[in-house]
Amino acid sequence: MHDDSGVLTGAHFIDGDHACSEGAIAAGCRFVAGYPITPSTEIVERIAERFPFVGGVFIQMEDEIASSIAIQGAVWAGKKAMTVTSGPGFSLMMEHIGYAAMTETPCVFVDVQRAGPSTGLPTMPAQGDMMQARWGSHGDYGIIALCPNSPQECFDLTIRAFNLAEQFRVPVMLMMDECVGHMIERVIIPPVHEIQIFQRRSYDGPKKDLLLFHPDSNLVPPMVKAGEGYQIHVTGLTHDERGYPSMTVDTQAKLVTRLVNKLRVNADTIVDYREDSVEGADIVVVTYGITSRTAIPAIEQARKEGMRIGHLRLVTAWPFPEKRIRELASKVKAFVVPELNLGQMVYEVERVAGGKASITHVPHAGGTVHNTKEIYAAIKHSVKG
Amino acid sequence: MGEDALYTIDNVVPPNPIENLLRMDRIPHIWCPGCGIGTTVNCFVRALQTSGLDLDKVAIVSGIGCTGRVAGYIKLDSFHTTHGRAIPFATGLKLANPELKVVVYSGDGDLTAIGGNHFIHAARRNVDMTVILINNMTYGMTGGQVAPTTPISATASTTPHGNFEQTFNLPFLAESCGAVYVARWTAFHVRHATKSIKEALAKKGFSFVEILAACPTLYSRRNKLGDGLDQMSYFREQSEIKNGADTKSVALDFEGKIIIGKFVDIERPSYQQSMYDHLRKKLGDQYIPSPEMKNVYGKNGN
Repeated sequence: MHDDSGVLTGAHFIDGDHACSEGAIAAGCRFVAGYPITPSTEIVERIAERFPFVGGVFIQMEDEIASSIAIQGAVWAGKKAMTVTSGPGFSLMMEHIGYAAMTETPCVFVDVQRAGPSTGLPTMPAQGDMMQARWGSHGDYGIIALCPNSPQECFDLTIRAFNLAEQFRVPVMLMMDECVGHMIERVIIPPVHEIQIFQRRSYDGPKKDLLLFHPDSNLVPPMVKAGEGYQIHVTGLTHDERGYPSMTVDTQAKLVTRLVNKLRVNADTIVDYREDSVEGADIVVVTYGITSRTAIPAIEQARKEGMRIGHLRLVTAWPFPEKRIRELASKVKAFVVPELNLGQMVYEVERVAGGKASITHVPHAGGTVHNTKEIYAAIKHSVKG
Repeated sequence: MGEDALYTIDNVVPPNPIENLLRMDRIPHIWCPGCGIGTTVNCFVRALQTSGLDLDKVAIVSGIGCTGRVAGYIKLDSFHTTHGRAIPFATGLKLANPELKVVVYSGDGDLTAIGGNHFIHAARRNVDMTVILINNMTYGMTGGQVAPTTPISATASTTPHGNFEQTFNLPFLAESCGAVYVARWTAFHVRHATKSIKEALAKKGFSFVEILAACPTLYSRRNKLGDGLDQMSYFREQSEIKNGADTKSVALDFEGKIIIGKFVDIERPSYQQSMYDHLRKKLGDQYIPSPEMKNVYGKNGN
């Protein structure tokens, strides 16, 4: 049934939450801390079931604050680690997303989004945490956020989330939603040798020469773990390359600029989106997550009626595919942006389009998915201009 | 040798015997004259030096505040985490690599107010870590606000008319939550504190040492209790050693008697030992612990 890698190679009929658990195991994650919250609980339940067979440690912590920092302790002990939550818990984790960004602790945060604010609709979908994922912690920093739209992608993108976390030493967020989390579909788990894993880059120079936060040319420092005799110091305070607190304007500028720039300069290798008939389109529908699927019938209907409609689905919400949207903005008449919130990613589309194309937002307060008629109507409205 | 020779610089200033475990490139430290935190660091380092532990495998984790800065001065793998969250960070560190000896070193406000819930649960689970809590009865770093440990009637910047909130009795809290080792000392009792820290480091499970330390700048001065030396006199005169005392009876009052000593020293399987033993029993050979787990907890033949 399983080998040492824990990879369940084969075809499965499982939901997005369980696929995420399997993706984490396949990615080499061996520490998970979580606190129960709907609609994410199935992820940790499966982890709790599976981890004893694959050398992993799962702990159900006393809250999400504890979970989101316990994983970072585990990372500095040398493990790959993840926590899993939904909106209210995600809110509690914000300080530690900042800590992970500041200390360059590679880790994965899964947010199975439900309708908010506050307790909201615990069992029903939304996409209302997209801006929070990017900006929720205080100060300037960068993160990566991925948006799966199927159980298969919950598996694939969980692996990519770990790979990106290791590559850039940032917190990576997997922005699922209740629909994708609870949707059951065929998931293909490939053989171990076909799964690409980015191994943590470790410092291998002389001990005395270690500068814990001295970056390589890609602006990312290699890692060291506790227990190897380096006597490292890690702090959430503004720090110099030794990792020592340094309360100066210059250190702040140097550090924080690098934390932001390491994702900016590498954006092209991170950004991912899927396109369908975008070339030559008059209208491009920009979607992500579950909304990409509710948009398809509307797009097909409009095409049947002769409208030239493209579909661009964001796989990375953050970094936002600025280049591509900017390019398209000067070619298309309008963007149509349906999302399960009252306006979040649409602001990015607007900002990047810079007035060159008109934007029609299709908002939804959450609780269910869009009626495809609403999206169709928005497309038709945009065509008429 | 003439008397003068005794007072050359070399003779008067021998190397600090704890230098090997301090980050000397970060000295001078930020603590005020008369502050007791540095004294406790001395106790801690001396305990470490004689502990027999492989110091490459000892990690120290602090939260935020004056005591939270300790991690930054100790030459071990050291983590200065977020406010109140040293314990859950340490939990992750320890669970991920049980070959590490993990010490949490932080203040009363950090560990028992904002971090109180984590303290409770780590003690309940008996996570294998040593928690050294420096109790100066106030929030020093932020200017002397009231803490859960501020005695009733003491003045703080946010209780300008005196504190009327019930004070936490920390040894009682730790024991009732499940700690296997509980002791309290003061910054005056350096030998006792050092020995106690050494014992705590040798325990398996959640061990807890509270050390009272003066905050002359923001607690003593505001309460007209004199300077650091006056506070040391208070610790000396008003402390009474009662090893094995019922922790219910060791609550602190404003400038009252201080019951110190080792109150609890029991055996109980640590969180990870329980995890290992339970899963081994339930799952047999199918249980695959991490290599570090197997190394540390697989030796008991369970």
